[in-house]
This record gives sequence, C-alpha cells and structure tokens, in this order.
Amino acid sequence: MSTDTVLSGEAGGLETALPTTLFRFATAGSVDDGKSTLVGRLLHDSKAILADTLDAVARTSADRGFGGEKGGIDLALLTDGLRAEREQGITIDVAYRYFATDRRSFILADCPGHVQYTKNTVTGASTADAVVVLIDARKGVLEQTRRHLSVLQLLRVAHVIVAVNKIDLVDFSESVFREIEADVQQVGRELGLGSDGITDLLVIPVSALDGDNVVDRSERTPWYTGPALLEVLETLPAADELESHLESFRFPVQLVIRPQGALAPDAVAAGLDVEAYRDYRAYAGQITEGSVKVGDKVSVLTPGQDPRTTTVVGIDFAGASLEEAAAPQSVAIRLAEEFDVARGDTIAAAGTVREASADLYASLCWLSPKPLREGAKVLVKHGTRTVQALVRNVGGKLDLASFKLEPASTLELNDIGHAQLRLAAPLPLENYLHHRRTGAFLVIDPLDGNTLAAGLVKDHPGDHEDERYSI
Amino acid sequence: MSTSLTEETTQVTEAAVSTRLSSLDTLESEAIHIIREVVAEFEKPALLFSGGKDSVVMLHLATKAFWPGKVPFPVLHVDTGHNFPEVIDFRDRTVERLGLKLVVGSVQEFIDRGELAERADGTRNPLQTVPLLDAIQQNKFDAVFGGGRRDEDKARAKERILSLRDEFGQWDPRNQRPELWNLYNGRHTVGQHVRAFPISNWTELDIWRYIERENIELPGLYYAHEREVFARDGMWRAVGEVSQPLPHEDVITKTVRYRTVGDMSCTGAVESDAYTVSDVVVEVAASTLTERGATRADDRISEAAMEDRKKDGYF
Repeated sequence: MSTDTVLSGEAGGLETALPTTLFRFATAGSVDDGKSTLVGRLLHDSKAILADTLDAVARTSADRGFGGEKGGIDLALLTDGLRAEREQGITIDVAYRYFATDRRSFILADCPGHVQYTKNTVTGASTADAVVVLIDARKGVLEQTRRHLSVLQLLRVAHVIVAVNKIDLVDFSESVFREIEADVQQVGRELGLGSDGITDLLVIPVSALDGDNVVDRSERTPWYTGPALLEVLETLPAADELESHLESFRFPVQLVIRPQGALAPDAVAAGLDVEAYRDYRAYAGQITEGSVKVGDKVSVLTPGQDPRTTTVVGIDFAGASLEEAAAPQSVAIRLAEEFDVARGDTIAAAGTVREASADLYASLCWLSPKPLREGAKVLVKHGTRTVQALVRNVGGKLDLASFKLEPASTLELNDIGHAQLRLAAPLPLENYLHHRRTGAFLVIDPLDGNTLAAGLVKDHPGDHEDERYSI
Repeated sequence: MSTSLTEETTQVTEAAVSTRLSSLDTLESEAIHIIREVVAEFEKPALLFSGGKDSVVMLHLATKAFWPGKVPFPVLHVDTGHNFPEVIDFRDRTVERLGLKLVVGSVQEFIDRGELAERADGTRNPLQTVPLLDAIQQNKFDAVFGGGRRDEDKARAKERILSLRDEFGQWDPRNQRPELWNLYNGRHTVGQHVRAFPISNWTELDIWRYIERENIELPGLYYAHEREVFARDGMWRAVGEVSQPLPHEDVITKTVRYRTVGDMSCTGAVESDAYTVSDVVVEVAASTLTERGATRADDRISEAAMEDRKKDGYF
C-alpha cells in the first residue's frame, strides 16, 4: 500500500524521506458524466477508503443489486452525502475529501454539477490548484463543458484537466478521443485557456468505472502516451508554488501582536526574556503572494494615506526568527519604524503597488437568490478590510456558452457579469488575472451578512476607459 | 506612477524561495490564519477544549498564532460528568500552564436540575448540546472554535470553516454561505453565533504527525497502557464508575489505547501496542478502520447520527 511506504519511512526518521506537499483540486461535471464514480475510484485506488466504510458501501451495493450476479462495489456510493440529500435525490453542496500518496496529500472539493453549477464551481475553484472537468466520451463537448471551462478561465485556475470519461463505452477508440480533444482545445483557444501563460489545459482518456488511466496508465489505450490522472495531480505545481515565486510580496495585516507585558506564561517558563519583549510589536498575517526577507524595503498601505516605506527588521513565527518567508506562510513581521499600522492595512514590496482606488471595476459571480440591483449598498471584503460600497452600474452579463457579454441591468443567482462599484474608502486593488488573492473580494449583504457574490478585480481604473463601464 | 511599476510580474525570480512548504506547514499556516481572522473580527471568541487530541492541537496552534502574547480567549469545556479522570486532570494542568480562563458547562448540573434526562443507553455525548448552547449564551460568546475535521464524517465533509448558527445553535446544510478563497465571512446578527473550524482540512494522520513533530503533550490514555476492559458493541470499554459490565460481560486486562477521547460511557478503546507518538503514527497510517467507526458508539446509531446532532447544535 503506497501510503504505508512513505509513512513508515517518515516515522522511522529516515532523513531521505521528503515531506509530502499539499495539493487542492476540485471536480466539475454532472452525475451523468460519472463524476461520483471517478471520485470514488480515486479514493478507492489510492487506498483512502477504510474497511468499515467499504463494508457499508458493499452492503448497500448488494442491496441495490449493483453489478448483477458478479456483484461489485458501486464506487459512486463512496461519495454519498447527507440524509437530507438522499431523501431529495440531490447534492446540496461542495463536499471535501482527503487522500494521500507518497508524494502528496490531496484536498478534493467535490462540486455537484447539475444544480447551481456556477455557485459550486466558483466556490470549489477559488481555492483549487487544479480542476478536473468531466466529459462523457459518448457525448463530447457540451454546452455545460463550455460553461465550466469559462468559469475556470475567469477564476484563473492554474491547471485545467479534462477527463474524457467512459472511454470503455466507445471501445477505447482513439479517433473519438482525438476529436473530443481537438474540440476541447478549440474551446480553450476561444477562451484563452492554456495559451495565456497562466493556465494550462490537459485532456486525458479515462474509464472511472474500470480505472483506466485514473491511478495507473491503461494498456487498453495504447495510443495515449500521456500520464494517468493521479500522476498529473501528483506532479503539477501548486498555485502557491507558482505565486510564492512572484516578485510582488503582499501581506494583508490581520492583527497587531503587542503583548505589553501580557506574555504567554508557557513562553516565559521556557526562558523568554521578559525585558526584551516588553515593547514587542509585530504585524500578524499570512503572505498572500511573493516572499519577503529581513532587510527588504516595504510599503505600508493604509486607505486614505500615501504609502509609507520602511524596512523589515524581523520575521517571527512562534519563537523562531526567520530570515525569509513566502506565500502561504503565516508569520509576524516587525518593521524598522513605529508606524501606526492596523488590521486592514497591507504590507507590500516597496514600489510594486499602484495607487489605491475607490473605483472598483469587477467581474461578479452572483451567488445569492437575492438579485443585484444598480444603486444597491453592499459591503466589500478585500484582504482583511471590509468597506461599504455602492453598486453604480451593472455593465452586462456573460453568456457562458459563447463567452459574449450581453446587456443586463441586474445579476441573478449563478450569473456572471460586470459591474462598477464605488467604495467608501480606497483599497489597494489589483487585477485578478495576475493576483489571485489581492484581486479577489466578497460582496456581502449588509442586512443579513450573507455572501452575495465572488468578485474579481478586472482592470485598474487608471488603465483605460472601457465603454462597458460608461455610465 | 511610472508605467514600469504597473507591469504585472508573473516571471519567476531565481532567488525566490524554491522549496515548497510541507503539507503540515501549509495546514498549520491555514489554521493560524483562520484563528487570527476570528480573533480580529469577533468580540468574544472561545475555544472548545476537552483535552482530546484535536482540541489540544487547536490550543497549540493558538499559542503559536499569538506568540509571544497570551492566547486571547477563554477555553470552554462541556463536561459530561462521565469524562476520564486523567483527561480532566490534563485539562486543568494545561489551562494553568497557559494562564487561560476555563469555562465549564456541566451536563450533570442540567440533569440534577431536571433540565436534561439521562438516555436509556446511558451515553451522554448527545446531551452536550444543551449545556454548550447555554454556556455560549450566558457568556455571550459570538464565535466558538472547534476541532472538527471534515474527514471524520460525511456531515462534517460539508461543513464550512466558519459555520453560522442561529439562536438555537442549528446547522442548516442547505443554507450555508459559499466560502471563497481565504476570505472568511463571519458577519452575524444578534443571537447568532459562528462555529469556527480551523483544522477542517486536517486528517487524523495529519494530527498525529503534527503532535509528533511539535512534541505536543497529550493525556496518557492516547498511548498503549494496561486497563481493565470488557467487550460491548464490538469495542473494548473501560471499567469505571459510570461504565460497568453487565453480568454476562467478562472483565479482562488488555493493552489498549484510545483513538478518540470522549464520554467514558460511549468511547471504546482499541487493542494497541503503540506506546509512543511515533508508534501511533505508524498504527494510524496502517489502520483499516475510521476513528469514529472504531471507537464511537454514538456514531453507530445510524448513518446520519452526526448529521442529526449537528443540526441540533452539536459541535
């Protein structure tokens, strides 16, 4: 069993054993595409399913007569959800699942496809390093496939993997696969997926039911020389890995650590120098992109003030002093000058951030049954700051199948559209295309506090005047 | 501003940090981010602390999040009155060591006052919900940290990291807020509160590897020890004041350990010779049973046992 090898290696303290890394991916597709079976297959073949769970599934499979006289396990049952869902025969929500190989630990966001696909796909994709989109080999690229790929392009998912499933049902035909592959690449080109240098697009023939090219390469598709799905997931660089290499260090301040004598008793008992920490002051947060070193010049960005430039004099983490740190590490940063820095401010590599703006041009993925109306007052949560905002103008709605902008003055549940908002305080907004964290925000209903929309900063208002936003 | 500054930088710099964080470092960083967000955005948070391994890891993460300052919130324990004495002892020592305030919600007091009735099967785990909600209300806690993990159960697999609860503490799986990027929406109205699960994405094995790496102390019953036990419901149950064998149940001495530590009346031990944390890591990695399936009588009641308890306001 693959998990055993690495773990006994680590537990035995072997210095050669590399620690596993974390990789987050999501699945998109409808039940009919065999998504549940694919997820079940991945969990089953990577030995993530333990005996008691498997026994329960085997019993239910037998009760339902799955596989006829041969018997067998209905892998889709491994992802069976809540009773509330079984009773209504629907999948309500994104479910998170976990499995590991000797290289990586995986977090899988299993997104239901048929109902509210945009809401679920946007949610799952927002944290995903990769998204696996399923296509039924008998049906090829459908309108739904185009919609899924549109959303993934918009969300700037680093890796999009299209699994052409049920390849066994087309007799492992290379020509069927090549035709679908060409169609997928065509859609990708139309959307700019895979050719924009930000995302990549891979197409793999699989049979989730039989396991072909899921964990191991299949002998039944000799014409396919690429890797199996799990091999791809094990080797793709994670988004953090790509983003920690960006030059633009960004650090939204979560809170100020300033004990003023109220030091942790366990730290003091362990010999912490109480005098040295009397005036300790550090800014706690998680690095959202890039990296920082002691001695780096940084700018502190506070709404309504000019950026203040200073030097990093310390990077602390729970008693350890670090020379450098990178996304997505949580640390506490000390600065040379005693500025007034508070939650909601951003510390960034000096000279890399543009002027803060109170005009927000964005794509909004509308996630609430309550529609967006021009003139509405909402809250915008960006980084660690929440500000009031006015919806000045809805600039249109995307037709996800054609990816064309249609006129619209409102956005409804599962719509994706453009809007212009006026913020009560300027924020250090950045284009989502290049900054997946500082380019993202939530739109929140000030009345009941619910999340209304996922927002992606489109352009910096200084870039150019876009007629779509003209008022 | 000059245009050179406006050029988006996506190229890789050679000097940048090249090694990726390990999965444990990534999970730790995520949990600390969430703990800090909740402390920054809520008036009065508290951490559910039972002395069980997940809550011990939670508290350890909180000490790291605010170092060198004190953990800035109290801990809350819902005491079923059927807890293992050594766990209560561990709880009190930990609270003392970190200088924390301990709030206890007592199931026994509710039973004594006639506000809760003992169940026919004797387990008190499901009875914790009422004292929990009472303690939240009395102390005006607006956020409560829990050590729930999504790998534990299919109801937990659909739980949010910040989970909004109404006046009755109810979880409504059909009406959850979408959770996007690392932006957590904790807004709530009067009477509502939020349950925060910073270690949602950890597995049982991650917890143990982290305990090993960080050298975190746990109650001794997590490691192999000799104990008088009897067999019930396919599990080894400890002999204790509230956990007595029936006439047909033979008491024997076995080397066992606990994979979960809950109410003595419903938590079973597993046969084990894992005496150290490294032994446990190896054992958990090779285990063929889920931790709740192996050790929790209350989760065997029905397929949806956890789902039902959560809807009623359970952890």
